[in-house]
Amino acid sequence: MRARTRRLWTFSIAAALVLAAAALVLYAMRETADMFYTPERLSEIGLPEPGQRVKVGGFVEPGSLSYGENARIFFTVIDESPTEIEVTYTGVTPDLFREGSGVVATGSFDEAGLFEATEILAKHDENYVPRELKHLEVPQT
Amino acid sequence: MIEIGHFAAILALFLSLAQGVSGLMGSRRGAGLMAVAAFALMSVSFGTLVNAFIISDFSVQLVANHSHTLKPFIYKVAGTWGNHEGSMAMWCLVTIGFGAAAAGLLNTDRPKLEARAIGIQGLIAAGSMAYLLFASSPYTRLDVAPLQGASLNPLLQDPALALHPPLLYLGYVGYSFVFALAAAGLIEARIDRDWAKIARGWAMGAFVPLTIGILLGSYWAYYELGWGGWWFWDPVENASFMPWLLGTALLHSILVTEKRGSFAVWTALLAVLTFCFSILGAFLVRSGILTSVHAFAIDPTRGLVLLFGLMLYGGAALAIFALRAHTLKGGPAWTATSREGALMGNNLVFTVATATVLLGTLFPLIAEGFGRQMSVGEPYFRLTFVPIVVIALVALPVVQAWSWGKADLKGLGKWAAGAAAISLVFVLLGVGLFDIPVFAGLGVGLGFWLIGGAIWELKRRALVWNRVFRLPSRVWGMTLAHIGLGIFTLGAVVETSARYETTLDLAIGQQAEVAGWTLTLDDVRSVEGPNWYADRGILTATRGSATAVLTPEKRYYPASQMPTTETSIHRTGVGDLYLALGDRRVIDGAVRWTFRAYYNPLIDLVFLGVSVMSLGGLIAMLRPRRKRVTAERPVPQEA
Repeated sequence: MRARTRRLWTFSIAAALVLAAAALVLYAMRETADMFYTPERLSEIGLPEPGQRVKVGGFVEPGSLSYGENARIFFTVIDESPTEIEVTYTGVTPDLFREGSGVVATGSFDEAGLFEATEILAKHDENYVPRELKHLEVPQT
Repeated sequence: MIEIGHFAAILALFLSLAQGVSGLMGSRRGAGLMAVAAFALMSVSFGTLVNAFIISDFSVQLVANHSHTLKPFIYKVAGTWGNHEGSMAMWCLVTIGFGAAAAGLLNTDRPKLEARAIGIQGLIAAGSMAYLLFASSPYTRLDVAPLQGASLNPLLQDPALALHPPLLYLGYVGYSFVFALAAAGLIEARIDRDWAKIARGWAMGAFVPLTIGILLGSYWAYYELGWGGWWFWDPVENASFMPWLLGTALLHSILVTEKRGSFAVWTALLAVLTFCFSILGAFLVRSGILTSVHAFAIDPTRGLVLLFGLMLYGGAALAIFALRAHTLKGGPAWTATSREGALMGNNLVFTVATATVLLGTLFPLIAEGFGRQMSVGEPYFRLTFVPIVVIALVALPVVQAWSWGKADLKGLGKWAAGAAAISLVFVLLGVGLFDIPVFAGLGVGLGFWLIGGAIWELKRRALVWNRVFRLPSRVWGMTLAHIGLGIFTLGAVVETSARYETTLDLAIGQQAEVAGWTLTLDDVRSVEGPNWYADRGILTATRGSATAVLTPEKRYYPASQMPTTETSIHRTGVGDLYLALGDRRVIDGAVRWTFRAYYNPLIDLVFLGVSVMSLGGLIAMLRPRRKRVTAERPVPQEA
């Protein structure tokens, strides 16, 4: 094969693969990217569609943690705004999850406005606050 | 003591600079001597740090912040690099060490190339040392020494994690020397077969520790974090995975340059990019710019300095590349269906896959640029990275048989069709008879396809079976690496598609079912260790006649006021029964305990596959057993 033909080949295969990958990336981002909201933000724009996967974050309101049957827990996420988000989660929470700790929950709202979490991330150690929460003040417990 | 270390580090910085200057001026001897001297000084310096940790000298700020007298000895030592400043000191030590190793090991007939490469390594070391001394000095004393230290993050008090950072650094920094070689080659405008012969050993020497480092990190995450999985597509994980992907592409590209002289420009570019991604990885981990489940030490200023360093070194390298790339010569002509074509495909897939990982990792930053807070997680990577890589995995057994220049496709097609049919039968049998999920079935098929393909390729090269042991070590290395890839694929696909996970909520004496096992919570006891106390659940698991006792713990480390999860894993060989203790809950006056329970089928194959892959890399680094009469120059080896 001549050098020019070879370059053409190389280029077209590469371009096809890159284009396919780009299409895949765009599709995947549309399907899987999650919006992040704080309670304050939700009070401004209203709750997202029930069933839509989103992330909410803030602090676990002190005194709001309660347990239900079958490893279910309930708690309230707050920030400096008066808005609160009621969250429920079935499962074991991360080691550093406690009242007053920073938390980012992934899941969706149900029809009644209760946030059903499928994943809970808590702050990782004393030095670490999730990036989404860095501008919030830690509430006094 | 620590002042001696500080002083030695400052001297090492100046020696590294001198090494850079004399190397670039072409003095092989001078640069080499200075590299060795700088390494000796930095070893002393690092030694004083380790010593401060061992004797718990809390007048040193770093020790006071990260150590504790009650910590076991090994974690006092490992604590030296279990924090930002100490790990940067180790990074510097390894960077300087590679320069010294190169000075001792490089013995080619291109002294100018060696001098410049050692010199550039010296400049990289000087940059790292400047960062260490001015932006994150571990040598700071406290005016008033506390009586007790704040201890090491207990999650990091673990044997696998004690070794994880040094190995990752050997990998990252190993690629920095390949970069130095590429830059030196570009300056001379000679990146050819000779150059590739030298660089291949170093690239392999970086690949092996990086692979083992990532493996240890993943294994640690599996048994320590208590989330059942072994890979979470977390930014910190991706930060080490991207240089690995590019470095692996580089290994394949260097091969073409070494054997044929082709791909010189591409190989040089990959060497530059791999190093840039190593620094980018350090930047992502250290700056805390992305939300990670395991980021530590967050400081945006440090991030900025690293970003500046990345632009400086990466920019300089790309500039040399842009100026010199057109002067590099190509190799003989080849067709699309040749080994060159196959390896070009390999490189395309690896770089495009790296790009998808990069996009997914940086996505939150990009979104924030548009004023939104968004993120992507595992589903994104499953939709993008996985299909791209699957293309390469399916193609590998066929295309690796293509010969240089132009492959003879006769016979290959017949074999491939036969092998594909057999793999397909396995898949259909698995899905149809044993009722395993379709994806798991396809994974098994793909795994066997890769393993079989690698073995068949070995035989094809040996012509007859009893000659396979006479094949050169690098062919064996390749075969093992590809077999490892097959084992990994088999395990990874089956584990992710057939993993069983559930949450248990048990009172003492209660039973639950997990993937065919009956679990009974016998008791929860309080236990105490050297620097922790814990709740330990005691559970009996039975399945048929098999019985096992699992003891997951929730530990509490008073020194750092932090709880950790100690999982309990029962290995059966074909899958792990995995338990993590959650918390104690009182509901209506009754005490209940929660557990995360998993059954991870074939998970051992994930770790085994990667181990075999690293072993392949190690074997490929061995010198050829039989020296031919026209003795080749020895391939430089990793120290």
